[in-house]
Amino acid sequence: MIEVKNLVKKYGDHTAVNNISFTVEKGKIYGLLGPNGAGKSTTMNIVTGCLAASEGSVTVDGHDIFEDPKAAKKCIGYLPENPPLYGDMTPLEYLTFVAEAKKVKSGYLGSQVREVMEITGLTDMKDRLIRNLSKGYRQRVGIAQAMLGEPDVIILDEPTVGLDPKQILEIRELIRKLGETKTVILSSHILAEISAVCERVMIISHGNLVANDTIEHLEEIANRSNKLRITVRGDSEAVKARLETIEGVLSVDIDEVAEDHASFDIDLIKDRDLRDDIFFAMANMKCAILSMQFEQTTLEDIFLALTDENVRPDEDGNLPSVEEVLEARGKKDDTLFSHMSDEELEALANEKEDDQTEEDEAEPDVDVTEENTEKSEDEGYKPLFGGN
Amino acid sequence: MLSIFKREFKSYFTGVIGALFIAFLLCFTGIYVTSINLRGGYASFEYVLSNIIIVFLLIVPLLTMRSFAEEKHTKTDQLLYSLPMSVGEVVMGKYLAMLAVFAIPVLIMALYPFLLSAFGYMAYKSAYLALFAFFILGAALIALGMFMSSLTESQVIAAVISFGALLLMYMMKGVASLIPSDNLTSLICFGVLALIVGAVTYALTKNTAASVGIFCLLAAALIVLYLIKPEIFGGLFPALLTYLAVFDRFIELTGGIFDVTAIVYLVTFAAFFIYLTVQSVEKRRWS
Repeated sequence: MIEVKNLVKKYGDHTAVNNISFTVEKGKIYGLLGPNGAGKSTTMNIVTGCLAASEGSVTVDGHDIFEDPKAAKKCIGYLPENPPLYGDMTPLEYLTFVAEAKKVKSGYLGSQVREVMEITGLTDMKDRLIRNLSKGYRQRVGIAQAMLGEPDVIILDEPTVGLDPKQILEIRELIRKLGETKTVILSSHILAEISAVCERVMIISHGNLVANDTIEHLEEIANRSNKLRITVRGDSEAVKARLETIEGVLSVDIDEVAEDHASFDIDLIKDRDLRDDIFFAMANMKCAILSMQFEQTTLEDIFLALTDENVRPDEDGNLPSVEEVLEARGKKDDTLFSHMSDEELEALANEKEDDQTEEDEAEPDVDVTEENTEKSEDEGYKPLFGGN
Repeated sequence: MLSIFKREFKSYFTGVIGALFIAFLLCFTGIYVTSINLRGGYASFEYVLSNIIIVFLLIVPLLTMRSFAEEKHTKTDQLLYSLPMSVGEVVMGKYLAMLAVFAIPVLIMALYPFLLSAFGYMAYKSAYLALFAFFILGAALIALGMFMSSLTESQVIAAVISFGALLLMYMMKGVASLIPSDNLTSLICFGVLALIVGAVTYALTKNTAASVGIFCLLAAALIVLYLIKPEIFGGLFPALLTYLAVFDRFIELTGGIFDVTAIVYLVTFAAFFIYLTVQSVEKRRWS
């Protein structure tokens, strides 16, 4: 439906959009997510033909937006960040004007205007001046305007900014309804909004596209936690030593030690639930578990990790994988693996393998030494390479 | 284009600007008709028109100031860019809407020669020719005002720079007569003009090399020309200024002679500024 290739927009020396490429398929709701000033509005303005790009191309339904703008713009309904409304008109007059300007056939014009007013709930307000309408209703007029002319794609730039919670829910409901029949792209700097409405999310940071994934996949990554936090009553060193003997436990950190109990952060291997093993191990030691819970990676963490300064696509324009970014962030490592050369990556992978064999050979009963702890901490890298 | 025209035309009358514009022009005409034709007993409507052209200095900025400045200010121009129509259509829609508003008082003014004929002989042909020329002059000045409006986001600034440009054109003949007509003065004046062209180029493109290059090229051409044939500079600059005196073109038409060159001149003037407006609006997309 929409194909964006190597889009670049420069304002003087400042690069607002840096080599963004993506495709938008028919009949889905897409979210464009990024912090303020990341380049969301610039991207949308270019895709809708309101702004010229410095480099790159945009094709809408096969029409190039720069070479064949009329045909391309006919397929798009656009609501810019500030709804472009004329305060001295009523919604009815305004929508009639836009419908005429979009060259809706005069036979359908009246019924189409009535239809979009019905969908957006504007019918009761149709004869009031737009400048007297509340922000929520103005936003609806803006959305109604974008729907006129039956475009296949509707692009909404921050459609819920400045609305009260009830209005936000109504607008979201409206967007979902639109998504049933049309392709919708909406931008937001609020993650919850995107995850509530969209099927796919594209995350933009500092003018770069850093992720293009389904919400489900991101949520799955977020839920795939392998960190367990437990509080146990008893001698902390003894508990730690016992915990480390459990098969599948990669490392144990003592987090807090109180009078008679301590908290531990446990790194587990992926895709296995070890809570039963831990429970029985503690039960055998007659140490009571006071609490046990998985540390949750939230979508918010993913978003923050991805919009970090250092996250960039590599030279070929390939996006960094979300797992990699999270691993790197978890280790507070400032470099991303995708930036490393092949040799460096191989060297790093070999190092980890060595550590792994050492760990496997180690005697379970051996006292935990400082060296050992550090090594097992390093194991945090392991899944990245093991998984690939 | 038709939809833009309709919206613009209507918006002039939902606000006060359209009514104010018409009232002002008609009021001025009424005062002059009373004083020249009725009280003075002078049977020439052309004479009234040539006296009231000064009113354009005030009413043209009033009409044109909001055309593009307001759209930019309220960010409604984004709608126009996203509509499936070219910038040319948008500009023409707005321009024709302003012409239509201007046509209303002109049509009412067309009744004057009829009314005046009750008191004696009226030369209809020259009166209506002058009124036609009055409309064309207005159309040219509205194009200029529209261009000024497309340069800024503020209606006030648009009005002030339009007024300044119109005032300069109104006084152009007087300014021209102040400049000595010797060769060297003309050369210096053209040199200043070359500098201005260079500065404008820099302001538009921010390209130092290109603007300095243009200035040097123009200056070199002027100096070479001056060295080869200094006499062609004699009175050339005042002549150029006189040529640009738009208002005086209209005066030529009030004498009862259908001067096609003057009409072509005014129409070209309007077309030139419409073209510049399209470029200026289009440029915003590239900035």
